[in-house]
Amino acid sequence: MPAEIYLNVAVSGILTGLIYGLSALGLSVIFGVIRIVNFAHGEIMVLGMFLTLVIFRHLGIDPLLSLPLVAAILFGFGYLLQDWVVRRVAHLADHMQFLLMAAVAVILVSVCLMLFGPDAQGAQVGYAYDSFRIGPVIVDKVRLYAGLAAIVVAGALFAFFRYTGTGKAIRACGDNYLGAQVVGLNVRKLYALTFGIGCACLGAAGAILLLLIDVHPYLGPPLTLLAFIIVIVGGMGSLPGAMLGGVLIGASEALAGLILQPSLKSAFSFGLLILVLLIRPQGLLGKAAQ
Amino acid sequence: MKRLLEGIPLRALALLGVFAAALVIAPLFVSNYVLSVLIIVLYFAYVGQAWNLMIGFAGQLSLGHALFVGIGAYASAALFVHFGVGPWIGMFVAVALSVLVGCIIGYLGFRFSIRGVYFALLTIAFAEFTLVIVDHIPWLGSTGGLFLPVANRDRIDLLSLRGSQVMFYYVILTLTGAALVLCRLLLNSKLGLYWQAIREDQESAEAIGVHLFRYKMIAVAISSGLTGIAGVWYAFYYNNLFPETTFSTAKSIELILGTVVGGVGTLFGPILGAFILTPLGEVLTHLTEDLKIDGIKTFFWGLCVAAIVLFRPAGLWPWLSTLLGLDTKRNGGG
Repeated sequence: MPAEIYLNVAVSGILTGLIYGLSALGLSVIFGVIRIVNFAHGEIMVLGMFLTLVIFRHLGIDPLLSLPLVAAILFGFGYLLQDWVVRRVAHLADHMQFLLMAAVAVILVSVCLMLFGPDAQGAQVGYAYDSFRIGPVIVDKVRLYAGLAAIVVAGALFAFFRYTGTGKAIRACGDNYLGAQVVGLNVRKLYALTFGIGCACLGAAGAILLLLIDVHPYLGPPLTLLAFIIVIVGGMGSLPGAMLGGVLIGASEALAGLILQPSLKSAFSFGLLILVLLIRPQGLLGKAAQ
Repeated sequence: MKRLLEGIPLRALALLGVFAAALVIAPLFVSNYVLSVLIIVLYFAYVGQAWNLMIGFAGQLSLGHALFVGIGAYASAALFVHFGVGPWIGMFVAVALSVLVGCIIGYLGFRFSIRGVYFALLTIAFAEFTLVIVDHIPWLGSTGGLFLPVANRDRIDLLSLRGSQVMFYYVILTLTGAALVLCRLLLNSKLGLYWQAIREDQESAEAIGVHLFRYKMIAVAISSGLTGIAGVWYAFYYNNLFPETTFSTAKSIELILGTVVGGVGTLFGPILGAFILTPLGEVLTHLTEDLKIDGIKTFFWGLCVAAIVLFRPAGLWPWLSTLLGLDTKRNGGG
């Protein structure tokens, strides 16, 4: 009997972890190419969740179906943010970039607060309480759909970076900035595209996450911290690493919550983060630091 | 004394003197409200100075400095609440603990060559880790908070830091002044030069024989110790401590914002930044409170900070000091 509980918790943790992983992909893509740590990560994701909520409330469209639209809107947002604002601090020291992104985060929180108020709000879909039974494992329908959606989006992203010309060009910018300029790539545009893609990931992850949790304007910082942990554990700039890190953190947080105390599970993640930073600072799947 | 004042133009000294004198006599003229704002300004100026020592002088970015404030605050408050140990003795414990934790983080970071952004994330991780742990320690009040007996605001009891606002004002003013003098002395010492060499180019510094690990550790130790003292003051001034509002990353950001706005690596940047940002927040509160719209204050506040980063990326002090004609050859002068 206890073994079944552990199995159930682990499976639901892994499915949640897939969404975490998708969100971390957004952070990893941006850092891997533009070398900017997006401290407004969680807030952008919250923006995506609110967008999904508005579409759900007023048009009655399921979060999973509105996902492409939300991702597209956030793509535009990210593109412009990079091209108009972030680009201008690229040459500044780390702490200035950090401060700018923190200011962007504050502005986003304020906008969400002004538009939607401080209360937690959720999207109640028709299948919210359904579940599947596979052998001894009982899986919530929403969680399963959410995890599958995360895999699909992440798969599309991998394919984009691997097989399309633009995807390869973006990777080239990330590998060698000067070289990319030398061969005539439009680095400014590619950077904006990259930031847009990163934000589109966050929009997708936000839309999916809305199935599982309620959204409120102050949800951002914990999401940012979680994504940092995942990306560092998996390896900054490594896309498979981000997904792997997400699943690892998702499952281990769920199990830690079961074995220890639910409120202690984030301490467990931070502990894991410190451990990884010390033993393997480049992350599980990351390339060695330059 | 000579080393302290050497190379500062007379004009700058005169201005600094006027400024300091104004602060000393301020409690005679201003209302309680303005005094409370000034107290917060000086608190941020002091902590900013301590943080600046690490990033601005030695080039090590910490984004978890709320950790040291929290350690200082919790250590002294717990000693006072549980054992009746006064703040001045508690301060030694607080500083010792802050320095110890600072050195542990520094040791791990520098030994394993964790640099730049990664080091910053390590500091965040330690602060957030401590937040969750303190949440689960009943002896420190857990999530419910740790409370000091409320100070009697009519008496002045400097020995146990219980008393009027004016007393707290002068204590934090003294601390801020002392930190300024200390940083000036450090910056112009051999140690300060080593730090700046590391900040500018770590590899070159190492190549000419600067012991990286040792001097980075000294920077972290001094910075965390100074910040720990701020924590003691914080605990006795506010009388209540909650893990979430003490250790969170948002708190760390709040602590360093003023310095970044004022100018990282300058001596006067932390003070200038605090004198701009805190009043800016207060003014925005007054301007927007009639609108009754949640979030509009922080919206404008964020815009102001973003504008400063975009248009004055070196901070405001270098710009202001040129404007005032105080430019010296080194680090923004007085």
